[in-house]
Amino acid sequence: MAAPGRAPGIKDAVAIVGIGQTAFARRLAEDERTLACRAVLAALDDAGIAPGEVDALASYTMEDTDEVELAKAVGFGDLTFFGKVGYGGGGSCATVAHLAAAIACGQATVGVAWRSRKRGSGPRPWTNTTAQLPTPAQWTRPFGLLRPADEVAMLARRYMHEYGVTRDHLFNVALACRNRANQNPAAVMYDRPLTREMYMTSRWISEPLCLYDNCLETDGALACVVVGRERARDCRQRPVYVHAAAQGLPAQHHGMVNYWTDDPLTGPAWTAARHLWRQSDLTPRDVDVAQIYDAFTPLIPLSLEGYGFCARGEGGAFTERGALETGGRLPVNTGGGGLGEAYVHGFNLITEGVKQLRGTSTAQVPGAATCLVTAGEDVPTSALLLRS
Amino acid sequence: MLTPVTDADGAPFWEYAARGELRVQACADCGEPRFPPRPCCPHCRSFASEWRPVPGRGRVWSYVVPHPPLLPGYAEQAPYNVVVVELAEHPRIRLVGNVVAHAGARLDSVDPGRLRIGARVRAVFSGGLPQWVLA
Repeated sequence: MAAPGRAPGIKDAVAIVGIGQTAFARRLAEDERTLACRAVLAALDDAGIAPGEVDALASYTMEDTDEVELAKAVGFGDLTFFGKVGYGGGGSCATVAHLAAAIACGQATVGVAWRSRKRGSGPRPWTNTTAQLPTPAQWTRPFGLLRPADEVAMLARRYMHEYGVTRDHLFNVALACRNRANQNPAAVMYDRPLTREMYMTSRWISEPLCLYDNCLETDGALACVVVGRERARDCRQRPVYVHAAAQGLPAQHHGMVNYWTDDPLTGPAWTAARHLWRQSDLTPRDVDVAQIYDAFTPLIPLSLEGYGFCARGEGGAFTERGALETGGRLPVNTGGGGLGEAYVHGFNLITEGVKQLRGTSTAQVPGAATCLVTAGEDVPTSALLLRS
Repeated sequence: MLTPVTDADGAPFWEYAARGELRVQACADCGEPRFPPRPCCPHCRSFASEWRPVPGRGRVWSYVVPHPPLLPGYAEQAPYNVVVVELAEHPRIRLVGNVVAHAGARLDSVDPGRLRIGARVRAVFSGGLPQWVLA
């Protein structure tokens, strides 16, 4: 039943039926547009759907390949829905949410979402000293708070101070992601194990965050195909249903430098989670596996709290005793995540969620039937609850 | 070094800072202070605002110590501290800044080991930017 005053919604109305990706590496020879085309065509081939049938596109900002270029290059049909979600890594799951809404209400029939980046070999946004910066930068960058790592480290220090979260807790996060990457031949860190000593003696990036608290810098592209549930039954792969989807931009939020709300440690994840669970037949206890946005390790304990896997302030303790590892209380980022597989603004978390529910992950959770996927915490965010 | 890229809402903050004054925007109708500055009061929706002088006392809410790679002017002073200061009179108004030994001192002029969350600080000014010294 829909909540009072709400439309019936998109519950299980659409499914992800195709996923595709390029190789991931620090440096790939091809340009972003070429990589985008390859990932999109691979996803359509996986679904068994011809490019000419695509009539909807969704992407998120900091994506240089636009709809016109992609549609022209791979030969899409006439498009009747296209949209771009803001706020970088917060937009990953929202792309699928927007396609789901468009398809569920009849604006389109076959949707494609994608992400292509050359962040490994290309420029990093924070190194730009000349372009007009977004307004909030006037309050931070002159003081040397320059990079996303610095901005998140500020919240992390406060979080550690308030709740006794330690570097060992952050190491637990880094280790779980790395261990899963060590099982995934496509991961950038496939053959690079991590130890506690490596973590504790690594160089600082922005204290209290060290090298291994930061995601990789990666070249690569991914895509997925979304169709209505009727159509999904005829596709090549087992459908993965979008059970619930949500975006979250909390009142008085200020982006990654969310230091000015009454309670900066309850960020967009809390807002997205409230809407996600309200639409869902499931609770956090029903989630078999989770793909949680991990541009920086502290985002995972904060998200565990926000999405209701533990109480406020318990995100650090939750990571103890192998809880995030295969066989633990909540296996996370089973492809290796942004910390171990590839940092492609979180899109690999969506495709890994699909792999888990197809039963084809390289770190398969036996019998996984439900998967939470999240976009970046600290920025206006989004999330998907997938089920087989 | 980066100078603030101001907008119409934020410009008065920097103009007062250049004169050595710390002021925050407040609603001219309901009186609620707000930060960062913006055109409209989120509490009463008034478009009337004023810039209220504040005494410039605060406490460290959090801090980080960035290490290179950083932009050249900052890398040359790294590792340095960046703090978020909660104003004593308005604890929800928090300002990003640096704790330095004295007005105009380098960003690395205070040992990060001396910083603590909750440490008392006082505003000073240099080159149009507010800075903080341990109180």
